[in-house]
Amino acid sequence: METPSRFYDEMHHEGGAYRDPYADYGAWFDGEDAARLQRMSGEAEAFFRRTGITFNVYGEEAAAERLIPFDVVPRVIAAREWDRLVKGIEQRVTAINAFLHDIYHRQEIIRAGRVPAALIENNEALIPQMMGMAPPGDIYTHIVGVDLVRTGPDEFFVLEDNARTPSGVSYMLENRETMLQLFPELFSRIPVRSVQSYPRNLHHSLAACAPPACTGKPVVAVLTPGIYNSAYYEHSFLADQMAVELVEGHDLRVDNGRIAMRTTQGYKPIDVLYRRVDDEFLDPLTFNPDSMLGVPGIMDVYRAGGITIANAPGTGISDDKAIYSYMPDIVEFYTGKAPLLKNVETYRCAEPDSLAYVLENLAELVVKEVHGSGGYGMLVGPAASRAELAAFEAKLRARPANYIAQPTLALSTVPILAEAGLAPRHVDLRPYVLVSPDGIKVTPGGLTRVALKEGSLVVNSSQGGGTKDTWVLED
Amino acid sequence: MLGKTAGGLYWMFRYLERSENTARLVDAGFRIALTHSSVAEDEWKSIVSTTGEKAAFNARHDRYNSANVVDFLLRDTTNPSSVMSMIESARTNARLVRTALTREVWEATNECYMTLQKTLGQSIADRDLPQVLQTIRQQSALVRGALHGTMLRNDIFNFARLGTFVERAESTARILDVKYYVLLPSVSFVGTSLDNVQWETILRSVSSATAYRAMHGGEPRARTIAEFLIFEHQLPRSLAFCHGKIDNNLGHLAMEYGQNSPSYELSTASRQRLEDLTIEKVFDGGLHAFLQNFIRENTTLARQIEQDYRFNG
Repeated sequence: METPSRFYDEMHHEGGAYRDPYADYGAWFDGEDAARLQRMSGEAEAFFRRTGITFNVYGEEAAAERLIPFDVVPRVIAAREWDRLVKGIEQRVTAINAFLHDIYHRQEIIRAGRVPAALIENNEALIPQMMGMAPPGDIYTHIVGVDLVRTGPDEFFVLEDNARTPSGVSYMLENRETMLQLFPELFSRIPVRSVQSYPRNLHHSLAACAPPACTGKPVVAVLTPGIYNSAYYEHSFLADQMAVELVEGHDLRVDNGRIAMRTTQGYKPIDVLYRRVDDEFLDPLTFNPDSMLGVPGIMDVYRAGGITIANAPGTGISDDKAIYSYMPDIVEFYTGKAPLLKNVETYRCAEPDSLAYVLENLAELVVKEVHGSGGYGMLVGPAASRAELAAFEAKLRARPANYIAQPTLALSTVPILAEAGLAPRHVDLRPYVLVSPDGIKVTPGGLTRVALKEGSLVVNSSQGGGTKDTWVLED
Repeated sequence: MLGKTAGGLYWMFRYLERSENTARLVDAGFRIALTHSSVAEDEWKSIVSTTGEKAAFNARHDRYNSANVVDFLLRDTTNPSSVMSMIESARTNARLVRTALTREVWEATNECYMTLQKTLGQSIADRDLPQVLQTIRQQSALVRGALHGTMLRNDIFNFARLGTFVERAESTARILDVKYYVLLPSVSFVGTSLDNVQWETILRSVSSATAYRAMHGGEPRARTIAEFLIFEHQLPRSLAFCHGKIDNNLGHLAMEYGQNSPSYELSTASRQRLEDLTIEKVFDGGLHAFLQNFIRENTTLARQIEQDYRFNG
C-alpha cells in the first residue's frame, strides 16, 4: 500500500472553507486577534502547571514532572458522527465483556473454531485464577478506552481496545476545564456537550457492581501505585472528584474476609476497588511475589465475593494486539451482528504467509509488539531509516509471534495553533466507556491526542504528543 | 479518612510552619547583622543552633556569616531543614493528600513551590534578601489563606492544624532555649545594649516585637519577654497558645470520632500544667530545665497523635 500524500483535514474542505462541525468555531477564530490567541496558549500552560497536571517519565529522576502539551484549538465532532460511533463502541464493549466471560468459563468461541486455542492458552494476559469465577454483576471491564482513528468523512477505525486500566480521562476533563477558563465565550456560542458528569457516572458504575459481602452503601476506593507513578495525578484527580479515598497497597490489609483500609478510626472495609495497578502487582501471594504495590490475599477475598476489583484481573486477554485481529469475529460471535466499527487490517506475523508479506513490505507498514504499549517498540515503516528497517527485520525473523503489522493509515488531521498560525497535525481519539449492570455509558468527548511534530503519526504523550479538547456538538 | 492521609496533612503543615519559622529566624538574624556587626557571627550561630542543624552547617561551611547562613537556611536543598527543602516536602505531602485538600489549597501550595523554586534558584545577594523573605512570607500566607477560606472544619482541618501547632510550639521553645541565658533575671549585664539586641532577636524571631510593645510598652525586660512567649494567651506563637490549640483540635477530633484519645488526655494535662504555672515558678525550677521538659512533652504528644490516628500503621 502506498503512503497517501493527502490526509483528511477534519476542519477544512479542500478549498479551505470550514467543514460544518467547525463552522461556528471557525467564524469565532477568524474574528480573533492572533496575538491574543498565542497569549492564551501560553496561559493554558501556566494553568496546567499550577493545577499540577503533570506526569512522570519513567527512567528520569523522580522529581522530573512534565506537562503534556495542550493545544487550544478544539477537535469538533458532529452529533451525527458521534451517535454512529457510540453505537459501534457499545457493540464492541458488549462483545469484549462477553468474550471475557466466555474465555474464563466454557470457551465456546474456541470450541467454535473462531479463535485459536493456542492464542489464549499461551497468553501471559490470561489469568488462570479467574477461571470459573464470576465477577460481581458479571462485568469484567468496567472502564474501557477505545482508541479510534479517522481516515475520511465516515471512515473510523478502531486502532486498539484498552480494557485493562485505560488512562487519560483526567485530561479529557481538565482540557475542558482549561478551555472554559480561557475561552468562556465559546461555550455560550457553540452547543458543546458536557463531559463533567464523568466522575459521577464512574462512581455510580463502580458502586453498581458492589460484591455480595457489601451491606449498606458501597464504599469505593481508588488504588494507586503511589505519587511517583506516571499517572498519579489522574488517580488523585479521580478519587477527589468521586469523593472517595485514594489508597496504596500499604494502606490495605485483609480483615475478616474483607479488604480493609487503615483509617484514623481503625480498619474499614472497601467494597469496590478501582485499581490503577497492573494485574501482575495486585497480589504478591498470587502474582509477582516482589510486589509492594498490591495487597497480599486480595485474590482470595475477591474470589470469595468480599470485594469487587475494577477492572477485573485478566481483562488483558481481550485487548492484546494479537487478539485484536480477531475482534471482527469476536463481535460477530457474541452480538450476532456485523461489527459497526472497522478494524485495521492486521497481519499476524506468527503466520508464515503474513510474515513473508510483512518482510516484503516492511517500509510501508507499521509493526507493533503484541504486548507493547505507549508507542514503544514499534516501527513506522515509511518514517524509518534503512538501518532501522534492517534492525527490525532481524527482530521479526527472530520472534515473529511477538509482532503484528498494519498498513500505515492516512490519519486525519486537525490544525494546531503553531507560531505561524493553524497547521495540520495528525490526531487520534480515545472515548471513555463505563460499563455497569445498568448499561453502557460513553462520555460525549474523549481524549484527542495530537502528534505535534509535522508529519508524525505517533500521538503518544511519551513520544512528544499533545492533547486537545474534544467537542461533541449537540444535535 | 485514611491514617496515611491524616499523617500526610499533619506533616505538610509541620513543614510549612517550619519553613516560615526558618524564614523568620533569617529575618531576625539579618537585622542584627546589619546593625550590630560585632555580634553578628554569634547571632547567626545561635540561629543555626535553633534550627537544630549545626552539625550539617559545620560540615559545609567554616564561618557563620550572612552569606553562608542565608544560603544554608533558605536555599540549600542538601539541608533538610532549609526553606526550599521544607516547601518541597510540604508539596510532596500535598500531592499525597491531594484528595483531602481543596483545589485552592493545593494550587496555593503548588504555586508556593514553583515561585520559591524560581526565587531561591540562585544565590541571594544581601540587598535582595528583604524581597526574597517577603516573597516567602507572602507565599505562605496564600496557603494559609486558602486553608482558612476554603476547607471544611472537619477532621482534615484538625490534622492540618495539629501539624502547625506541634511544630510552632517546638519552634518557640527552641528559640527561647537557645537564648535562655539572656532571659535569666540574675544576669549581670541586664539592660546593656547587648541584652537589648538579644531580646530584639528573640521577639523578631517570633514576629512579636510590635505585639510586645503594644502589650508591655517601653523597654523590653527579660522576665516579661519569657512570660510573654510562654504564657500569653493572645500571642499566636506562645507555648500556652499552641498547646491550647492542640487541645482544642484533639477535642474536636474526639467529638467527631465519638472517642477520647490518649493524646487528648496528654494535651489537656499540658494545657492545665501551663495554666497552673507562673513565670516565678518557672524561674525557680530553672528556665532551661522547663524548656527542655516542654520540648520532650511536645515530642511525646506528637508521637501519641501519630499512634492514636494510625499515621503509619
